[in-house]
Amino acid sequence: MTQQMKNIQHLLPEFERWKERYPAGFEGSLTIPCLRRIQEERGYIADSDIDELVAYLGVPRTQVDEVLGFYTMFTRTPLGTHHLQVCHNASCSLRGAEGLIRYLCGTLGIQPGETTPDGRFTLSTAECLASCGTAPMMMVNEAYHENLTPASVDALLEELAK
Amino acid sequence: MTSPYPTPELSGRKFFMNFPVTDTSHALDAYRARGGYQALAKALREQQPADVTKEVSAAGLLGHGGAAFPAGRKWSVIRPDDGEPHYVCMNADEGEPGTFKDRWLLEYVPHMPLEGLILASYAIGGRHAFIYIRGEFDLAYRRIQGAVDEAYAAGLLGENILGTGYALDVVVYRGAGSYVCGEASAMLASLEGKKGWPRNRPPRLTVKGLYQKPTVVNNVETLANVPVILALGAAEFKKTGTPKSPGTQMISISGHVERPGVYEVEYGYSWERFIYDDCGGIQGGRALKCIIPGGVSTKILDANEIKGVTLDHLSAVAAGSQLGSGGMIAVAEGTCMVRLARVIQRFYHHESCGQCTPCREGMGWMERVLDRIVRGDGRPDDIDRLYHISNANDGTTICSLGDSAGYACTAILDHYRDEFEYYIKNGRSMHDGRLAVFDPFDGAVPTPLYAGAGA
Repeated sequence: MTQQMKNIQHLLPEFERWKERYPAGFEGSLTIPCLRRIQEERGYIADSDIDELVAYLGVPRTQVDEVLGFYTMFTRTPLGTHHLQVCHNASCSLRGAEGLIRYLCGTLGIQPGETTPDGRFTLSTAECLASCGTAPMMMVNEAYHENLTPASVDALLEELAK
Repeated sequence: MTSPYPTPELSGRKFFMNFPVTDTSHALDAYRARGGYQALAKALREQQPADVTKEVSAAGLLGHGGAAFPAGRKWSVIRPDDGEPHYVCMNADEGEPGTFKDRWLLEYVPHMPLEGLILASYAIGGRHAFIYIRGEFDLAYRRIQGAVDEAYAAGLLGENILGTGYALDVVVYRGAGSYVCGEASAMLASLEGKKGWPRNRPPRLTVKGLYQKPTVVNNVETLANVPVILALGAAEFKKTGTPKSPGTQMISISGHVERPGVYEVEYGYSWERFIYDDCGGIQGGRALKCIIPGGVSTKILDANEIKGVTLDHLSAVAAGSQLGSGGMIAVAEGTCMVRLARVIQRFYHHESCGQCTPCREGMGWMERVLDRIVRGDGRPDDIDRLYHISNANDGTTICSLGDSAGYACTAILDHYRDEFEYYIKNGRSMHDGRLAVFDPFDGAVPTPLYAGAGA
């Protein structure tokens, strides 16, 4: 592609380095890692990202669309600055996940799946984050917060709201 | 930082939890000081690839991902010198609810499964290998990626490993949120950059796997056992555990026990002793109601059914379930099994990949039925309906997600049918309807973080 890529041009050297450890000819494998990297920067995947990635990797557009629809960690719309994901699977439910969700709804004034009007917090529920022994827990962006109590949640939210 | 998990004081031999965890005990230097990578050096210098497979087969190593398939038999299918590319993929997509033991291995001994991955690749003649780690993992990802980086810098990966001429590249591949990608064929589809849809066998993955080439997929703990076997020798390894389940099992226990966490248990250990002594029994001194033995996909056993049972594959199967992934969940007396069944089914519905009709339709149907029972709108024939959908799913789909949901649900129905009948008849739980014995948020009044926020 001769045309300069507006969105991902600066990431291409990194993507090229990744290719060195893959067997040659299977660039399609990079679809998921590239999308993760793009989302890490912008917070979501835009239509123009897909156009550029399709051109760069030479994969069918439907493949990228399917991947974006299939995996829960990809989003096509911006989320809040702090994405709170509360596990509510079996082990966490047995240790108080339902109370934690109710508490967060009350504190933030939103329901799971919603974002605060100022765009700072998004609250979601999640299925098993392999943190069952330290339940109840939630993930805030990349980080795990475990063995949560009202006091630790208050302290965490105050810190994040600064 | 020290381990958030209790240091187990269990008797019995340990291969993994046998050193004090410190801030640096996961690093290459510390691992080498404990004897790490000696098995790899010896294998590359003195053993043929087939010798490595032979040793692993002789040790009787069983897969630790859930199915307990003999690892050596999987490897033996591949001919290391047939001129084709072969791949090994470490399955670090730990997502079976209740299971968090691979996370411990990745965070605290990342070089052990990595050494196992290199040995497995050598054994089957691999030039490229992959570590497929679930997308949500943060510290576990940084630790295993850090281990790979350290190994490259130390000449344990890349061209000419340890000067022996053997070359191997390893990619740490992060998933993006999908339970079904823990199924090996779905994982390979995901590694190819596609949606994670499982596929029918045959051909087996060891015949046509990643990029249509022979591929071995092994669980983290399975690979972590490989350097142990080569260091000890198969004969010595087999002295640990029971004749049919040699070695140890990493068990992650959660739910209503006093001391949840990860424990390394030598196969053959008393199940009751494990629960009541090592894990401190049930919260608040309550009685044990039932156990989910190895991830929510395994059938529950009630307190009576684990009496006298030992923690090994034969005993668990004889008791009517499986050890599965070692993800044990304890449930206290007084817990509402109807609501627990609904939580479990919500998970299966969420994770059904939508490829096979019985699962795509059945998972949602089962959740809707359980949902209306919990709401108080259950119908008299709903219990039969749940059995009917479960049976219709069994064996009619490509992967076992739908089967597992059915086994999980019908095992709960078999044991606690009276609770479902009561709930349907009275529109409320036979117990207090709670799932948490102690809810840390009980009585906590949320203070709105924003003006006008909160209800």
